[in-house]
Amino acid sequence: MADNVKPRVKVPRSASAGESVLLKTLISHPMESGQRKDSDGNPIPRSIINRFTCDFNGENVIDATLEPAVSTNPFIEFEAVVPEAGEFVFTWYDDDGSVYTDTKAIAVS
Amino acid sequence: MIFTRRETLVLSAGAATAAFLPMQVNAAADDAIAAFTGGAEVTDGGVDLVAPEIAENGNTVPIEVSAEGAASIMLIASGNPTPGVATFNFGKLAGAHTASTRIRLAGTQDVVAIAKMADGSFKRASANVKVTIGGCGG
Amino acid sequence: MAKLNITTAVATLALLGGTLGASADENAKLVINGDIEMVTRTKAPDHVPFDEIRSGWTFRTEETQVLQMDDFDNPGMIFVDQAIDNWNTVEGSEGKSCASCHQDAESSMQGVRAVYPKWNETAGEVRTLAMQVNDCRENQMGAKPYKYDGGDMAAMEALISVQSRGMPVNVAIDGPVSETWEQGKEIYYTRYGQLELSCANCHEDNYDNMIRADHLSQGQINGFPTYRLKNAKLNTAHARFKGCVRDTRAETFSAGSPEFVALELYVASRGNGLSVEGPSVRN
Repeated sequence: MADNVKPRVKVPRSASAGESVLLKTLISHPMESGQRKDSDGNPIPRSIINRFTCDFNGENVIDATLEPAVSTNPFIEFEAVVPEAGEFVFTWYDDDGSVYTDTKAIAVS
Repeated sequence: MIFTRRETLVLSAGAATAAFLPMQVNAAADDAIAAFTGGAEVTDGGVDLVAPEIAENGNTVPIEVSAEGAASIMLIASGNPTPGVATFNFGKLAGAHTASTRIRLAGTQDVVAIAKMADGSFKRASANVKVTIGGCGG
Repeated sequence: MAKLNITTAVATLALLGGTLGASADENAKLVINGDIEMVTRTKAPDHVPFDEIRSGWTFRTEETQVLQMDDFDNPGMIFVDQAIDNWNTVEGSEGKSCASCHQDAESSMQGVRAVYPKWNETAGEVRTLAMQVNDCRENQMGAKPYKYDGGDMAAMEALISVQSRGMPVNVAIDGPVSETWEQGKEIYYTRYGQLELSCANCHEDNYDNMIRADHLSQGQINGFPTYRLKNAKLNTAHARFKGCVRDTRAETFSAGSPEFVALELYVASRGNGLSVEGPSVRN
């Protein structure tokens, strides 16, 4: 697991049923591309978040494949339909097998 | 603007390199696109790609892509050593089929978005992003 | 060229870059989270030879500017989150965390960033915020000091800065600090390195010109620590000083050295009246 990996997500507190809401996610991660060399000239192995998913009450919102061209501290913004009150689950998959998750509840008014 | 002989040489060498390079990198980008489309025809339009005309730093370039009715959208940086950037697959609860992220661009190049539509057809958009070089490398 | 007293090196770079320059929206207003209004342009203090001082934010392109307008879009804020964890972590021989003495950073650290560097009467020295943090760690907590310009320090400075965002920088330049301030001023106007450039050659004589493709700022440090798109991490003022001096092809002073402490005091005072912005976002 890379050091100090910290997910952040921004979800509105509430929405009306069926509304599309804007979600923002950011995770602290070096996204080491595999293209760089260290000061001794040895290649630094690739170590990135290679997949990100968001689900709501068990139903998928987005499933993204990420490549080394995504910047350090990957930021992803997208929209989700909220049919009823429930919980968003955000999951990041690391090259090293680590999985980071965060959850956020949303109310329906 | 007056250039010295040395500056002129450097500039023309740069122009020559620039003229030859895209052929190789575009081949890799074409391969990535072909793998995504399975060789199907790709038509222009129906995809919105928002990218800065000039990126202040190639290390973090904001990109937004959207395509109404797309099942998935693939982003390609045609001038990067490996052209793949990201593929967004939209699920049942996706709102507008849009996604924003921040990407690395190795130099001035075209960023390409290919959308796979629900009916299996493919659409594309591209945007040229100029990547500038910082002041003193500091 | 608007300004005439330019060095040859800078003039050449500026000319070469002139055609490529990205333009900034120089009149944009910086409001963070639609709530905190920042002063990014104001009348220069008497000791600064400008009419107006400007935050580095005003020199950036719109895409970069936008990243600082919302705390979620600002990647510097993830390091503030990390620093909150550190703030509450007990370290060292005394069994204390920052919170043991200072409780909640949100209230105890309000206004602190705005007045640093400042005179410490007990120690009889000018202290930067980083020196103060390390003094706490070593002498109150019995913990190891942070690396002066390392990631943990940058994050802690960001957490402290956030509590003063929107407040005007108000660094004292007279009284017991005056000698250090004069020393900092001397360094600011001294040409260093093979390129023989002083801070002033770029940031006073040539701000607003292009240095290759980069829009030269006034070199204000009210936004530090700053998240740079270039290296995707928080950068401290001293790390930035090192980068600048290195780029003149000189041996640089080290982070935390008396020279850079004096320079930080002087440069900070040139921004008196601008808002504390840290952590800002720059290219």
